[in-house]
Amino acid sequence: MEIRIEQASLHWQQHCVFTDLNLTLPAGQWTSILGQSGVGKSSLLQLLCGIADDADIRGRIQCSDGLPLEGRVAWMAQQDLLLPWLSLRDNVLLAARLTQSRSASTEQRELALYLLQQVGLGERADALPAQLSGGQRQRVALARTLFQDKPLVCMDEPFSALDAINRLKLQDLAAELLADRTVLMITHDPLEALRLSNRILVLQGSPASLSAPLLPAGATPRPVSDPQVLQQQAQLLTLLAETVT
Amino acid sequence: MMRWLRPVIITLGLMLLWQLIVWLTDAPHFILPGPLRVLETLIAQFPLLMKHAGITLAEILLGLLLGTLLGLISALSLVTWGGLRRWLMPVLVVSQAIPVFALAPVLMLWLGYGMASKVAMATLIIYFPVTAACFDGLRQTPTGYLQLARTLGANRRAQLLQIRLPAALPAFGSGLRVAASVAPIGAVVGEWVGSSTGLGYLMLNANARMQVDLMFAALMVLAVMALALYFSVNLIARRLTPWLQESTSSTTRGDSQ
Repeated sequence: MEIRIEQASLHWQQHCVFTDLNLTLPAGQWTSILGQSGVGKSSLLQLLCGIADDADIRGRIQCSDGLPLEGRVAWMAQQDLLLPWLSLRDNVLLAARLTQSRSASTEQRELALYLLQQVGLGERADALPAQLSGGQRQRVALARTLFQDKPLVCMDEPFSALDAINRLKLQDLAAELLADRTVLMITHDPLEALRLSNRILVLQGSPASLSAPLLPAGATPRPVSDPQVLQQQAQLLTLLAETVT
Repeated sequence: MMRWLRPVIITLGLMLLWQLIVWLTDAPHFILPGPLRVLETLIAQFPLLMKHAGITLAEILLGLLLGTLLGLISALSLVTWGGLRRWLMPVLVVSQAIPVFALAPVLMLWLGYGMASKVAMATLIIYFPVTAACFDGLRQTPTGYLQLARTLGANRRAQLLQIRLPAALPAFGSGLRVAASVAPIGAVVGEWVGSSTGLGYLMLNANARMQVDLMFAALMVLAVMALALYFSVNLIARRLTPWLQESTSSTTRGDSQ
């Protein structure tokens, strides 16, 4: 399913952050938006997720199947947002727990366990989040996102709170598990965008606008040592640095 | 080992200090009895003390139960209906400006000399702390949790029951601890103002008849009761929030926001 945002505009304290912004998310592709903080990229993502209450953001969202997007987006944030009183399994099952009055079915419980196994935490299904490291917690958040099984996955700097090694590992895992899904990822790390995305857009300027998409070649996740990745990283860093004055 | 020994040493130390004061001031036993004399009285008058202690304990527990329930219901109503909050919050704050002790004689007048007025005192004294703690806890749910719940399709009821309420449990626990430590004050003050049973009555009565050792014995029973109550409530509060213990002992505390 292809998703289009048309004529999006964002105002913050009577100041126009961006206006007349159009963005297309092609079906089955991983799109990343790079940009400095304060450029409105998180608000754009929250508009898609339907949780942009603090921001004065407007925009028309169209799906290629003609149905509204509402309720068809999975959101993964920078914080893992695991509920500390629920076990890992129940955290993965959260969507089921919150929307159905009866308890989760056997199939759902099995799916949750399977997804925890996929992220390498199958043996710790009954542990509490507090017993986990930051990287492990974000893995559970990824499993929770996958459990929702929505047509669009929105990720807001999902790995930025992790250390370098854990970040690379989680990028590999996410690329594997989210293959062929429609993904929108917000990030400020060019390397992350280059490793994972099919399309990279840069949001910058005042008022901000989107650059022409950069389309890195090769299968994801691309290795960090790939010369093309490194070259494009330098290119993107230069582009991003231009706006900082 | 030290964990169990420490309270014993503290108790013995306080007793020793007490005895020292008795020796140094050379106070007659009807002004300040020594700890041994009080212990003797405690043992000799044990059935009498227990009879009155039972009444006081019942008042405290009933007050605790009622106050906590009322506080919890008020806090839930306050967060559920925004309009109610604007009207009720000022009333609650004003009600705190009236000392509960000053109300004791009126409560006696309305509810009689029996247990009801003391339960009302204990309830009133803990109502505000419990309400305030629960209300704060329910209001301060991390916004990330609520945003997540919304993207997961949770309605307001599910958000309240499954996100905001559990997230408020630590705050509720601290409200409960405060309640457990002030509820005995309410009950005893109620008994002082007018009653024919309870430890407060016994203390006042013993004092009037210069039975200071009995007064101290009653005071000791009251102190032990209050301590036991506090630690049981503390235990319950910790049982309610098992994740807190683990996150404080863990070095990888990743609690967001």
